[in-house]
Amino acid sequence: MTSTIEPEVGRARLRKEDARLITGRTRWTDNIALPGMLHLAVLRSPLAHARITSLDVSAARERPGVIAVYTAADLDPDSQIGMPCAWPITEDMKHPRRPVLAADTVNFAGEGVAVVVARSAYEAQDALEAIEVDYDELPVVLGMENALAEGAPLVHEELGTNRNALWVFDSAEAGSGGDVERAIADAEVTLHRRFRQQRLVPSFMEPRSCVVDPTGPQLTMWSATQIPHILKTMSAATLGVPEHKLRVIAPDVGGGFGGKIAVLPEEMTALIVARKLGRPVKWTESRSETMVTAHHGRDQIQDLTVSATRDGRITGLKVELLADMGAYLGLVGPGVPILGAFMFNAIYKIPAYRFACTNVFTNTTLTDAYRGAGRPEATFAIERMMDELAVELNMDPMEIREKNWIKHEEFPYTTVATLTYDSGNYEAATARARELFDYEGLRREQEERRASGDPVQLGIGISTYTEMCGLAPSRVLGSLSYGAGGWEHAAIRMLPFGKVEVVTGASAHGQGHETAWSQIVADQLGVPFDDIEILHGDTQSSHKGLDTYGSRSLAVGGVAVVKAAEKVIEKARVIAAHMMECSPDDLEFAGGRFTVRGTESATALTDVATAVFTAHDLPDGVEPSLDSEFTFDPENFSFPHGTHLCAAEVDTETGQVRLRSYVCVDDVGAVVNPLIVEGQVHGGLAQGIAQALFEEATYDESGTLTTGTFADYLVPSAADLPSFTTDRTETPSTTNPLGVKGVGEAGTIASTPAVVNAVVDALRPLGVSDVEMPCSPMRVWSAIRSAQGGAR
Amino acid sequence: MRISVTVDGTSYTDEVEPRLLLVHYLRERLGKVGTVVGCDTGNCGACTLHLDGHSVKSCSVLAVQADGCEVRTIEGVAQDGELHPVQQAFHDNHALQCGFCTPGMIMQSIDLLADNPDPDERAVREGLEGNLCRCTGYQNIVRAVQDAAHHMRPGAGPDVERVADETANPAGRTATSVGGGGE
Ligand code: FES
Ligand code: FES
Repeated sequence: MTSTIEPEVGRARLRKEDARLITGRTRWTDNIALPGMLHLAVLRSPLAHARITSLDVSAARERPGVIAVYTAADLDPDSQIGMPCAWPITEDMKHPRRPVLAADTVNFAGEGVAVVVARSAYEAQDALEAIEVDYDELPVVLGMENALAEGAPLVHEELGTNRNALWVFDSAEAGSGGDVERAIADAEVTLHRRFRQQRLVPSFMEPRSCVVDPTGPQLTMWSATQIPHILKTMSAATLGVPEHKLRVIAPDVGGGFGGKIAVLPEEMTALIVARKLGRPVKWTESRSETMVTAHHGRDQIQDLTVSATRDGRITGLKVELLADMGAYLGLVGPGVPILGAFMFNAIYKIPAYRFACTNVFTNTTLTDAYRGAGRPEATFAIERMMDELAVELNMDPMEIREKNWIKHEEFPYTTVATLTYDSGNYEAATARARELFDYEGLRREQEERRASGDPVQLGIGISTYTEMCGLAPSRVLGSLSYGAGGWEHAAIRMLPFGKVEVVTGASAHGQGHETAWSQIVADQLGVPFDDIEILHGDTQSSHKGLDTYGSRSLAVGGVAVVKAAEKVIEKARVIAAHMMECSPDDLEFAGGRFTVRGTESATALTDVATAVFTAHDLPDGVEPSLDSEFTFDPENFSFPHGTHLCAAEVDTETGQVRLRSYVCVDDVGAVVNPLIVEGQVHGGLAQGIAQALFEEATYDESGTLTTGTFADYLVPSAADLPSFTTDRTETPSTTNPLGVKGVGEAGTIASTPAVVNAVVDALRPLGVSDVEMPCSPMRVWSAIRSAQGGAR
Repeated sequence: MRISVTVDGTSYTDEVEPRLLLVHYLRERLGKVGTVVGCDTGNCGACTLHLDGHSVKSCSVLAVQADGCEVRTIEGVAQDGELHPVQQAFHDNHALQCGFCTPGMIMQSIDLLADNPDPDERAVREGLEGNLCRCTGYQNIVRAVQDAAHHMRPGAGPDVERVADETANPAGRTATSVGGGGE
């Protein structure tokens, strides 16, 4: 019997989550108020590098409403290891201990120096002003090259260097390709370019916050985090609290973008303080605090050398990277550039490859994962490079890409960086994008404008990308020295009346898991969408998980749900066969019903659930439960890809860039919910375009962040962005049963180079061959001026 | 200082510090946590609500300034269990992801439509300039606002009059009952 129920997977289902979010009935961490709750505020260093010579908190203790004031001396003994870093990329990586509060020295502006706990947040803030700190200023190190220079002041004196680690991949050594030095030496053409990845602030809209309640049987922490499960494990490791005594809840979380992959000193402080005082404690930061203390993203200097034949075939790629870690190591910070190592070769067949990355300490906010983490940086550099190579060889930038990319029939394809791309069809995505974009027409218009000397020039930017999603096979993470696995957990519980609870370890912060997971389970079990409840983000209900980042939710967590559902069906089959007095092998399952093959005789899964609940007549030896669990460890990453095309108008008189059209065709494999996929692409594009045109975190020479509010850090508004034309091709992944790949980071990864390539393309006739990001009017205008100055 | 405020139809009288921000008054004193805080500089719009029928950023208004006023928050937008057309349109157009900006976006959109019942894309984008969203890239938000405008056109039902009433007589709203002129 075939099911007549319309499949849920593939449908543009409106989201379950919306009901509470559009009515203001949301559970943000900062909305939580507990009886007797106290408020914690942090005094932050105004200086980037200084020794604390005296710290007097006595006056603050006397202020109204103040319950306690603590310094490092009071709190640090409670932390066993200091703030954790889970990714020791090399054996000799330097990992300076970061106390929960600065002890003797502060190493970046914004580092916590003392905390006040008071009855109200206002009183806590007031009391901060009564704390007296004397600092002895130390020389400030900013800029990676400065930090590595001979005789540079040291961020951490005791390390004797600002070099954190050097991580190298060489295809000759790995056996995956040739010797890049030889390729370069023998090449018909070599090209070197240096690109900068400016520093960005993730800028989730909900500031970070946590509430700790020490009064229950367990220590409960609510946190605006992306990683409740990892946070629980890391808190236990940091504070020596037994894991079973901790419960972490990520309630509704207002965005993350990698920025909420962190174990915060404030979270550790709140845990320690709540335990000391025996009362609930809340900490919620101001946006100004977020800007200086929430980890930043990107911040790399990328030196690329590419070798090629005259007819445009790449023969080698050498990448030398500097990556700014900031003052300390974040949870996965050192590994972020390493993720990029696997993506610099992108969609191209490159026979020889070498990647070397030096991580550097400076007196700045630490850097860590930010949407795409390592892959946007890599994709930007290679896609800019492809354009430069095209110019060098006098080829069309599209042609040079086509010449080098992996052809559809060549998949699966193992790259020079040792990854095996499961499936892909770059031809199809590109053809569709060109059609939607009118590539030829726009090139014609570009010619006309160039010929007429129009002050507003048109540029066309291309980015053909792939990324690795579904982080990650645990074995691969192990080989990269990462401190955890990459599996994901799911559990399914059939309830007595046939409703279903699904537990997922992939806790969401805006991605719509409740909807997508319900769609998956509805199809698997044949139960209605509305009969399914998704539980996540609470280590008590979803007791096992590795959370949401790296576009892993669906390709790892969603697949775990499928596998758990299969186990439920297998168990139900045995019971249904008993009920129907037939052999389990005679039963077919579809549309929520077991049918005896070739007959009309059927039993619904919901009836099996009830039978299991009463347990009056189960087969011998069958446990009365219809629950299952599955922990899925992927065997490979997944590799979404796509082609993005951007047309930008650049006013050569004012430097103003206006995006005229933006077309992208992404191939994210099979799609569970096209609405959610499209939304993810839109949001990703906005973030990638923001890097290209608007955003940059900057410091003055004293190490003060000069973009410390939303007034001067330019997160784009609706008025700054165009509407996008998005479309998809579908090349299913061959490594998971859903055929899904992942979409969370695609837009961000692909759009930055597409936009910058368009800006540079517009200005090419004026002699411009690069514009540093963000391509603000000032930068564009200066690039034009210096190109013209050079030409004169 | 003593203030009297009507919030989503309920009157409150409270003793407040002069420096207390309206948004903190709502969240901490009244437990009306639907209005959220995203920044401390008046730049993100997450805290947008209606004060006497017009949108304001409640992180930039003191509680004492709301004395004698009528405040409408996201929690008072749906009437009798019926979503406001703008709320409905946000849902229908997938105009939210994490939803943190959403209360402010919806409040600003309602005000925008009261000013301009038939905005083109540019007008929507400019009307929402003071509200930041990090998740959606705005495209679906713009679509939602235009979709809501479509549903709120004259003759489209009582919600239209509700919005029209706000434009016509904002001051009068303090005198009307809970939830405004929809009734
Ligand atoms: S919180 Fe009011 S504008 Fe940001
Ligand atoms: S939906 Fe997340 S900030 Fe707008």
